[in-house]
Amino acid sequence: MAERTVLTVSALSQQLYAVMEERFPAVWVEGEVSNFKVYGSGHAYFTLKDEGAQLRCVLFRTRARRVRFEPKDGLSVMAFGAIEVYAQRGEYQLVVELLEPRGLGALQLAFEQLKGRLQAEGLFDQRRKRPLPRFPRKIGIVTSPSGAALRDMLRIIGRRFGEVHIVLAGARVQGDGAAADVAQGVRELNALGGVDVIIVGRGGGSLEDLWAFNDEMLARTIVASKVPVISAVGHEVDFTIADFVADVRAATPSNAAELVVREKRAVAESVGDLTFRLQRAMRRALGAHRDRLERSLGRRVLTDPGRPLRDLARRLDDARARLRQAELATLGRATHRLAMAERGLRAANPVASTRRDRRSLIDLQGRLTRGLHRALDRSRHRLGAAAGRLDSLSPLAVLGRGYSLTLTPARRIVRSWRDVSAGDAVRVLLHEGSLDCRVDATRERDDRPQV
Amino acid sequence: MTDLKFEDCLTRLEQIVSALEAGNLPLEDSLKVFEEGVSLARHCSRYLDEAERRIELLVKDDAGATTTRPLAWEGEDEA
Repeated sequence: MAERTVLTVSALSQQLYAVMEERFPAVWVEGEVSNFKVYGSGHAYFTLKDEGAQLRCVLFRTRARRVRFEPKDGLSVMAFGAIEVYAQRGEYQLVVELLEPRGLGALQLAFEQLKGRLQAEGLFDQRRKRPLPRFPRKIGIVTSPSGAALRDMLRIIGRRFGEVHIVLAGARVQGDGAAADVAQGVRELNALGGVDVIIVGRGGGSLEDLWAFNDEMLARTIVASKVPVISAVGHEVDFTIADFVADVRAATPSNAAELVVREKRAVAESVGDLTFRLQRAMRRALGAHRDRLERSLGRRVLTDPGRPLRDLARRLDDARARLRQAELATLGRATHRLAMAERGLRAANPVASTRRDRRSLIDLQGRLTRGLHRALDRSRHRLGAAAGRLDSLSPLAVLGRGYSLTLTPARRIVRSWRDVSAGDAVRVLLHEGSLDCRVDATRERDDRPQV
Repeated sequence: MTDLKFEDCLTRLEQIVSALEAGNLPLEDSLKVFEEGVSLARHCSRYLDEAERRIELLVKDDAGATTTRPLAWEGEDEA
């Protein structure tokens, strides 16, 4: 039996590492990105996988900076790097040096990704974009001072309307730092003040050459510019992110110059045309007012200036006459009312009425006295008659003939033996005086002859 | 007037011409805007005549502030 060889875990890992390092010093691996995650350190970790296997990968920060697109889950990529054993966890991983997308080139993919993102933010929205000034006095240009783009623009401007003020912000337009340079130029021209429009551009080139104009920071600087920005990058077929966010995209730098500067002749013509129209319109306005004036002059009022005066005089006379009539009528009515009032007043004169009242008082007194006498006479006569009749009817007159009246104490006349009882006191009224008596007895019958 | 931008002048001039052409301004207003229009037109023409070609380069001075200095016109075939 062979001697058993026992290795420590560390020792085995060490050997595996050595084998792998030797066997796979650097490899290209292709697969789909999954679980992509960037840590606070700036290092990114992800897994490359295909149908049958997975491979852990790490992309250190210094390498990650050189990756021009955004690695995302699901992307097909090619990774270049070395296999490394991570002994502590018994794992191996690919330390990625280069990462490229499969299919699209890395730049193209990055471009599409940024474009999609900014578009989603609405930065390409036409409604956000500002119109260009028609007659800029001060034009800012951000480009390379030595580039063909600047020469082209200055030539066009000089040919069309050279008398403008151009401020050039020199910037590198390709290579590292180009995007920052261009953005800086845009910011400085904004800060300078008085700049009416900014042209940002460079001549055509490869996708790599134009790359500075696909920078996100530059795109946001253009969006933030207070001065309208024209992008003029490359040739007609090249579109950059700057083209999408600029207020106007010019196909070429020359085209930008043409958009910004009109031909002086056309401008002068338009000023001349306006001047002509101004004068013509004023002539017409004056003519129209003169016509109105003349039409007014044509009226009789102005051809016979005495007439309205005469009319007025007649109207005044009429009015005066009518006024007098009205006065008279009013006066007449007033006089009548005054007379009526006087009459009423006279009738109501207190002196006269007193005199009249006294007369009627005397009259009334006479009538009263006469009436009173008549009434007295009549009463006296009636009294005499009544007294005679009264006398004949008086029961006391009968008493004179010997009759008497018997009254109970309640002064009721006793007519029947039933009206009193024996022992009752009665008063007997005689023709002269009366008798207070007591009933001894009552009898239904007496000896009077019956009728 | 001189601090008005050329474009503003031209825009105002266009408004005045339109208003006058519409022909319904009272006489006094017509005269007033006409006067203004004439002055604007003169201003615009003068701007066109007197506008000068200037090219400047943005530079940073020693203090780091942005300033401008004249740049020679390099155009080869000026018209």
